[in-house]
Amino acid sequence: MIGRHRHCIALAEYSREELLEVLDLAVSMKEVLQRPLKKVPSLRGKSVVNLFFEASTRTRSSFEIASKILSADCLNWTSASSSVTKGETLVDTAKNLEAMRPDVLVIRHSAGGAPRLVAERVGCAVVSAGDGAHEHPSQGLLDCFTLREKLGTLEGKTVAIVGDISHSRVARSDLHAMPKLGAKVRLCGPPTMMPAGVESLGATVHHDLREAVDGADAVVMLRIQHERIGDPLIPNTREYSKYWGLNAKKAEEWLKPSCVILHPGPINRGVELSPEVADGPRSVILDQVQNGVAVRMAILYLLAGGKAAESAEGKA
Amino acid sequence: MNAQDIDRSVRRLGRDIAERARAAGAAKDLAIVGIRRGGVHLAQRLRAELAQALGAEPPIGTLDIALYRDDLAEKGAAPVIGPTDIRFPVQGKTVVLVDDVLYTGRTVRAALDEIVDFGRPRRVWLAVLVDRGGRELPIAADFAGARVEVPDDQDVQVRLREAGAPEDAVVVKPRRAP
Repeated sequence: MIGRHRHCIALAEYSREELLEVLDLAVSMKEVLQRPLKKVPSLRGKSVVNLFFEASTRTRSSFEIASKILSADCLNWTSASSSVTKGETLVDTAKNLEAMRPDVLVIRHSAGGAPRLVAERVGCAVVSAGDGAHEHPSQGLLDCFTLREKLGTLEGKTVAIVGDISHSRVARSDLHAMPKLGAKVRLCGPPTMMPAGVESLGATVHHDLREAVDGADAVVMLRIQHERIGDPLIPNTREYSKYWGLNAKKAEEWLKPSCVILHPGPINRGVELSPEVADGPRSVILDQVQNGVAVRMAILYLLAGGKAAESAEGKA
Repeated sequence: MNAQDIDRSVRRLGRDIAERARAAGAAKDLAIVGIRRGGVHLAQRLRAELAQALGAEPPIGTLDIALYRDDLAEKGAAPVIGPTDIRFPVQGKTVVLVDDVLYTGRTVRAALDEIVDFGRPRRVWLAVLVDRGGRELPIAADFAGARVEVPDDQDVQVRLREAGAPEDAVVVKPRRAP
């Protein structure tokens, strides 16, 4: 359980305290990652099934490593080599996997709402690893974790999220989490990629990159998806890069010296970030990857650990 | 036990450990590890005693055994997990594991599992302020400040100034209903 929740599907429904429960536990989990022997027995005998209907390297491996460090067994299931190609429905697939008694199902799906649909029909805990343009809760949490680590706190900090806000589940999870932790969020991107009414979630909307990043403590650069290019939303990558990309010159002139740069990966080098910026001193992109393992360990621990039979252990 | 008794116990524990360490030729390779949370402050006090007795400060570390427990918390009550902090090589050391109260032995079992994941110590000794009996595992303290048989419906609490108590004390209280 994470606070009141049996599942981790949307940060929209998590309170500040519930977010902090995961983030605080992740600090201890990160310590485990630094040990010479990176293995603790806390989820021994538990199993985690990764159910991925969309391509993913980082997120899937991250959940897999997190499971293994906690000693849970982990099974990877990808749609390409499965009976989905034979016409099995999502719920049938999930119910069949559930019959094998996993403790946690980690689901990525191209349709927003898919993890919820499954969660309502299976008995185990469900973690969303990204669903459509809905949410990517573990990414939102790892962004918050990284910012707390780099900035000390999110309280009173300003975070600019730049890119295709409409299609980004990362932006949505960040937007649901960061303000609850006290951060001010600015959204910036082409008008064609800015959903209507996002101000109601407590963010300000900007269409000028310089204005959006001015004085910001952190900038989250979103990945521009190839399939959007050439469609009416943006004409070409050069134009996108010119107006919404960060290169060394802009970073130097526009960002305050302490500002850090995040990116959920994979990076389109030369489009949203120039290589000098992606590999530069402000970039915390690889910290994000490591923190992702710690945050996912915390999520799995809280969701799978909570179900163990109660047995009294005194103070010994 | 009052503040004076605790003080005396800690000093005696320090002397006994130092003596045994010298006899075993382990005085140079001694390390102290406190089990969170009750053992941490006690470990620091013991280290000061040992530094005096041996003329050198042994390295100190902290273990949080939450991830090694054999009973994951019931629903909605995940334990608070603090950091484990072992910054010296465990390999070849004589490790003195320190806790405030020894009861069922399960915490010590978990701590042993965790410490061997950091390396292979030469040997491990267990030092506690109070051994209250009631063991559920074959585990014994090598050093104990006090040994008393306390019934299962009672709690033994060690309160130390470092943890915010007005003064050092060991109290026995009826266990609160779960």
